[in-house]
Amino acid sequence: MEMSWKKYAYTFVITAVIFITAILASNYFSQKKMDEIKNIESRIAVDILASETQFSLLSELSCKEISSGLLSKELATLGDKLSYTEQNRGSDDAEVLNLKKYYSLLQIKDFILMQKIKDRCGSTQTNGGLSIMYFYSNKGDCSDCEREGFVLTKLREDYPELRVYSFDYNLDLSALQTLVSIYNIKKDLPAVLINDKIYYGFKSIDDIKNALPALKAIDAQKAKEVLLKSKQATSTKTN
Amino acid sequence: MHIVSESITYIFLFIALYIEVFFLITYFEFSEKKLKENSPTSNVGQIKFLSVSIIVPVWNEETTILKTIFSLLKLNYPKENISILIVDDGSTDRTWNVIQKFSRNKQIKLLRKENGGKYTALNYALEFVDTELVGCLDADSFVHPEALKRIVAQFSDEEIMAVTPSIKIFEPKGLLGLIQKAEYMFGIFLRKVFYYLNAIYITPGPFSIFRRSVFDKIGYYRHAHNTEDMEIAMRMQKNNMKIGNVHNAFVYTIAPTNIKTLYKQRLRWVYGFLKNAIDYRDMFFKPQYGNLGMVVLPAAGFSVLSTMYFFGAMVLSWAETLTTQISKILTVGFSWQGFNFDFFYVNTDILVFVSLIAVLGTFLIIATSRGLAEEKNKFGLDSVLFLMFYTFLAPLWMSRAIYNVIFTKETKWR
Repeated sequence: MEMSWKKYAYTFVITAVIFITAILASNYFSQKKMDEIKNIESRIAVDILASETQFSLLSELSCKEISSGLLSKELATLGDKLSYTEQNRGSDDAEVLNLKKYYSLLQIKDFILMQKIKDRCGSTQTNGGLSIMYFYSNKGDCSDCEREGFVLTKLREDYPELRVYSFDYNLDLSALQTLVSIYNIKKDLPAVLINDKIYYGFKSIDDIKNALPALKAIDAQKAKEVLLKSKQATSTKTN
Repeated sequence: MHIVSESITYIFLFIALYIEVFFLITYFEFSEKKLKENSPTSNVGQIKFLSVSIIVPVWNEETTILKTIFSLLKLNYPKENISILIVDDGSTDRTWNVIQKFSRNKQIKLLRKENGGKYTALNYALEFVDTELVGCLDADSFVHPEALKRIVAQFSDEEIMAVTPSIKIFEPKGLLGLIQKAEYMFGIFLRKVFYYLNAIYITPGPFSIFRRSVFDKIGYYRHAHNTEDMEIAMRMQKNNMKIGNVHNAFVYTIAPTNIKTLYKQRLRWVYGFLKNAIDYRDMFFKPQYGNLGMVVLPAAGFSVLSTMYFFGAMVLSWAETLTTQISKILTVGFSWQGFNFDFFYVNTDILVFVSLIAVLGTFLIIATSRGLAEEKNKFGLDSVLFLMFYTFLAPLWMSRAIYNVIFTKETKWR
């Protein structure tokens, strides 16, 4: 019977070339994405450095000079992109780990900066100084972490002024471990730190609103505005 | 576990792509020269009209049998060289009465026996055949007037012992009809490629024509798990008998119109393939059986395995996404933040690129097969439906067929 050994070999080569091209293309885009994360990180680093510099000049400037956009707005975007990359490349990926460490450092710096501004100028200059620190683990030992993640993402969507700092409890980063020891956070995850108070276990949206009454105040303000608008609308109609 | 499943996925994808590339290379390598130089239709003019017998086994086919017989009578072939043998395999409806209409036709011979299954009907009729060629036409199929002429032309090659036609769906209707239309056209491409590779392993029930001597040399039809048309082809291949194909010898068959009958038909086919593959396992990966043993049979087995694997992986992945979404909705309620496109979140995994290339290859096969099937357009609604739904339909009968093979449960004809 006929055999086509040569064709078997050619086909193998063509298939291998297609596969290698796919690997190269995938690596190219993957690297592009990593570069994008690095770019965001360096932009945030510059933002923080600029804010710190501005802050140290404060003695000569009034609090009014500090713009409300002082704190970087890209932290949340960075967090989302990093967690997506972590899901795809795995949490053991060396490059992902490095980016994550840097991200954690930026978050700590942002948090400290926000605290300093809040202390000196009051909460109005920092969008109300609303912040939550969240400690999670993705080693499979935290069954409620995924749900807590949903809650915090939802809150961040509903309240853009809220800053959520999320930390991988198991990340090998000395600054993070210092933060953990300062607040004495136990490995009873998920854990959230709100106004210097630690809460362990799953916390729903309502639980967090109770712990952070400023969110309720925002709700009340929003409701008031809606009411006012509807009143205005009815008065225009009757006129 | 993740690494294991990922490695299996890559290996499967590599093999699938290898098979696709191999078939496409084969097609384009041979089609140019064969279609021009050796086209059976090109020497139809100097065709030697060999004598042919067509066996039509019938069992409770009172509604379709007349159309089948009339299509045979309308064949553009010398009447004196065709004889039709209708075998009533113990019908319990009016089939026998209906076919009495042809009792005085000299071309037609009516036979009747106790019900014993299709292969027994074919073997019974073979005893009465004294022509050079013999074929079969299922009672749910009709032939194109030129089909026989085109097929017989290929018998000018002394080595060819059987010739397969191209099967199309008769007036495809509805979603299932259109999906099957595209699937059958895909089959036309594959049969052509298998012919080029000398590796046809099914001589379909509708209108495959054999030299009468085939049955003298290798014996008659066998039960073969209700897929006698596959078994006879495998036996021919095992005995180094060449099987040809004429892509423009069209036969039209009535497709199952509901999912239940389609499921039953396909279950019988896949089960039959698996059982015959087991019976003829000594042909797999054996160089003495050429491309059939080295590529085509292993590829057919692989297609069942990989369809099940990819379907399983897809279902698992969907289940995971669904569980996460349900958990999210239960935790924070339903929220839709609008669609915000960001290239960052486009999947650029290796699997995506390889799958894209594989899909492109499939498009090329679809366009080519439609050309072979003499369709007007290179792509149609049927192709879209086939691509969208076939992956979800096939696992239905494949999984059951595998189950039946493992637990040795025979399938039924209807």
